[in-house]
Order: sequence, then C-alpha cells, then structure tokens
Amino acid sequence: MSRFLSQLRTELQLTLRNGEQLLLTLGIPVLLLVFFSLVDVLPTGMKDPVDFLTPGVLALAVMSTAMVSLGIGTGFERSYHVLKRLGATPLGRPRLIAAKIAGVAAVELVQFVIIVPVAYALGWSPGRLHWPLAIVAVLLGTMAFAGIGLTMAGRLRGELNLAAQNGLYLVLLLLGGMVVPFSKLPGPVRTIAHALPSGALADVLRECLGGNGTQPGTSWIVLAVWAAVTPLLAAALFRWD
Amino acid sequence: MTAVEVSELKVRYGDLVAVDGVSFTAEAGCITAVLGPNGAGKTSTIEVCEGYRTASSGTVRVLGLDPGRSQRALGERVGVMLQQGGVYPSARVIDTVRHYCTLYGKGADPVALVERVGLTDRATSTWRRLSGGEQQRLSLALALAAQPEVAFLDEPTSGVDVNGRDTIRAIVRDLAAQGCAVVLATHELDEAERLADRVVIFDHGQVIADGTLAELRKGHDEIRFRSSPHLDLHSLADSIGMVASQVGPDEYVIDAPPHPKLMAQLTAWLAEHGHPLTDMRAGAQRLEDVFRRLTAEHADARSDAADAASTDGTRARRGRRRDGGAR
Repeated sequence: MSRFLSQLRTELQLTLRNGEQLLLTLGIPVLLLVFFSLVDVLPTGMKDPVDFLTPGVLALAVMSTAMVSLGIGTGFERSYHVLKRLGATPLGRPRLIAAKIAGVAAVELVQFVIIVPVAYALGWSPGRLHWPLAIVAVLLGTMAFAGIGLTMAGRLRGELNLAAQNGLYLVLLLLGGMVVPFSKLPGPVRTIAHALPSGALADVLRECLGGNGTQPGTSWIVLAVWAAVTPLLAAALFRWD
Repeated sequence: MTAVEVSELKVRYGDLVAVDGVSFTAEAGCITAVLGPNGAGKTSTIEVCEGYRTASSGTVRVLGLDPGRSQRALGERVGVMLQQGGVYPSARVIDTVRHYCTLYGKGADPVALVERVGLTDRATSTWRRLSGGEQQRLSLALALAAQPEVAFLDEPTSGVDVNGRDTIRAIVRDLAAQGCAVVLATHELDEAERLADRVVIFDHGQVIADGTLAELRKGHDEIRFRSSPHLDLHSLADSIGMVASQVGPDEYVIDAPPHPKLMAQLTAWLAEHGHPLTDMRAGAQRLEDVFRRLTAEHADARSDAADAASTDGTRARRGRRRDGGAR
C-alpha cells in the first residue's frame, strides 16, 4: 500500500505542479464555461447557454485529464526511461497503472468540485439531475479517453506524442458536441461526432445533468464500446521502453 | 558467492547479433567491469541481466533467478543505474529519492542518501535543472535506495566531471565493500582500471578476455621509452640483444620484462650514442595497451574465420586489419 501511495503522490505532485497541465485541465474548461455563458454567441438553442455548456465542459474536463494530461505525461515518462527504471523496482505494473488511474480520478474530482460551483454561479439550472448515472458516464469516458491517450503515448515519441495529443484534443473539442451543438454540424460530420467518445460522453452527460441529450440511448452504447475497446488497444500496443 | 552468472548468452535484433555467446560471472563483494567499445554488446548483456531484454539463447542467473521471469522479485534486491534518464524530469531530487526509498521499502534514509551522493544543496532542484554529472549521481542514489545485493551500473561516470567521478567511485567501492556484487559497464579503460577487481573485455559481442587486472597484464611486460626520432635500431639490437620497435615519432617499445641489466644496457647505449631519454615506462602494460592488443588479436581471429569461410575475397581486408592492429 505504501508503494502505491508513494507512486500516487508522485503522480499528483507532477500533475498539480505543472502549469501547462493545470491550464489544460482547469484553465481552459473554466474559461470556456465562463466566456460562452456570459457572451451568448454559441448557437446552443437553449434559453440559457450555461445549461448547454456545463455538461459539455465536464466532458471536456474528463477528456483533458484522462486523454491529454495522462497521455502527454506518460509519453514523456516513456521517453525519459522513467517507466523502464520503475520496472526494475518492486512497484510492478499493476500498482503503477492503479496509481495512474487513481491520479486521474483525483484530478477529475478537483475539476468537478471547481467547475460545478462555477456553473451554478453562472446560473446553471438543470431540470433533472442524475449524478450516479453521470458518474458511471464519467468512468466510461475516463476509460475510453485513457485508452486513446495511452495508446498514443505508448507508440509515439515525446514531442510527436505531445503534438498529436493536443491536435486530437482540439479536433474532438470542436467536433464532439461539447461546446458546439450537434444540430449545427453538417450531416456527415454530425454522424461522425455522435460516434466519437467525446460526442457520446457530452451527450450522455447532457442527458444525466438536465435531460437534454439528443440521442442518449445510442450515446451510451457508443461510449461503452469505446470504453471497452481503447484500453485493450493500449494494453496490446503499449511499449514500455 | 557467485551473484551473476551469464552463460553462452546470445542476443539478436533481427539479423544483427549484438551478443554472440557471452559467458562470465560476477561475485559478491567484487566490482566486475564489463569493458568494451560502444556497440560491443555491453548494454544488451546488462539489460538481459536486469530483466529488460530476453536472451535469444543461453542462460542468465541473477541471485539464482532468471531475470526475465523474476524481474519483480529481483526488483527488491537489485539496484539499477540506466545508461541515461530514468528519472521524472520535473520532480525534485529529494522527492524522487524519497519515492524510491519507499518503493524499495528497505528503510533507506532519503536525506542521508542525497547527502551521500553530494546533492544536498541541489535537493530541491528538479532533474531537468541538474548538470549531467548531477543527474548521474541522482541515478546512483536511486540504485542505492535498493540497498542492493547486486548493482548493475551502465556507464555510471559518463559525462561526469573529475570531482563527481571521485564521489561516484568512492560510493561504488563502498557498495562492493558491503558485499554487493557490482557489475559496471564502461567503455572507459581508465574507469575499469581505477575501480574493477575483475575485467571482462567485450568486443563485437564476444568476451575476448576475462580476469583480474594483474592476470590480464601478466606476461605482457614491456619497456617503453622516448628518445631521438631516428635511432639506429639495428645497432641497439646488437648491443642489448633485444629488438626495439618504433611506435611513434620518438617512441619505442621493447617487448621484455624490465630486467635491471637490460635497462642498464639500454640507457648505456643511449648515452654512448649521445641520444636523450625523454620518457621511460617499464613493467606491466597499461590496461589500454592490453585492450589494444586483445582487440587486434580478436580482429585477426575473426578475419581468419572469415578467410576459412570464404576464399580469397577477404584477404585484402585482413591485410589492412593486420596493419591497423600492429604497433
């Protein structure tokens, strides 16, 4: 247990001390939420944009932590042979992976604890709240995004991995129904957006936190499939050294 | 006690044979240097011992265990210093050492360890901000956190300044004195000469010599001296009864033990002919010379094998090797 806790403490110290990571995991989601809630320029189709934005920004927060932050950090640890060196200690891969999962969960908790009050302060008034289901969705989304992030981290070299993670983040942010409503996307793009884990998670969270999902049933299935497939892909493709 | 036993180890990367049938052992309480040029197969061999790489054939036993299957079990007993990196770049020195002390769970004191490797005044710096030598010392501290029975140190002093080298050497000696089997890979002859109880010389994936420094030097005494550029070597040979060969513009070598009578004859001859004596070194060869001689012999042996395999195509290449290997 002390080995796991020491690894977890190291993971958290590195994440929370890193300015770029904090900008990504907290700065950008909060900024988007505040800006587009106060400046009503997005075609959200709702009376109050914060009602549309809050679940989407929570989905974005999950993606930024589970995919980008985890993926970039792990990629650099691989490039700098940190994972290799840890492999020669009694830590063991299961404990290392467990510590990384716990680290992601802890950062997500911090994100939610900050974003949700900000949303309420901006006037968020969700009609119907189903937090237990929302937490299940966050877990599935975390699995799906962590799988993608770690697949890239396990294959691409340091700087290339950094660029690819950030690029994918931007693409999924714009396509994923997080801040841009599905209804405003052109037909074929909308289909793709619904099939992406980002779109599925945002849609499911919008259903759980306000009852405004567009096709929640399908989105649950899409999210579950991504959550099942990408961790297996990461396990199969990840190179430790 | 034999702590590391490598026998008939081969490591292949596709068509490339990096390690070609290597055997050697490392004993507890001894510093064993695996010495050889870059690309000789040292790191590949060490990485099989560390459990990172699998052998194509042959066996490796570390503390009686197969490192490929027992990396976790060995992880508690083996200290590792990678050739490069291995540390979280943005973590502070003291945090990293504390983390590794906890991972190994042997009760090593992180503050004392940081002090032992001479990084106390850098304890709150991140790895990224350390100099190359400081990074190596931090990496060594992480190996010490294991309080290891066996330590694999891959080029521990590369990129380290003189003072840092002294610190590292003192720690490595202490480690062996406490009974640890230290296996040190290096391409620096000087490092092996200063530290090793035993030297295993690698060349082209094979072990070409293995023994204590005294054993490797034995039977290879020489007299090496500097004088005028154009000594009459025939006249010298007539006078002293030994042939001297010229190895540099003003440097000569006689392959013989430094017998007092021979030394007297040599210096007398120089004095008689009005030649200066600007430098003289007599006795066991330096490790560098042993190494040059052994690698040259090995190159010959390999090209002989190639000759046997093909017919005359390799003859020219072999001739060149001979020239290159001669002094």
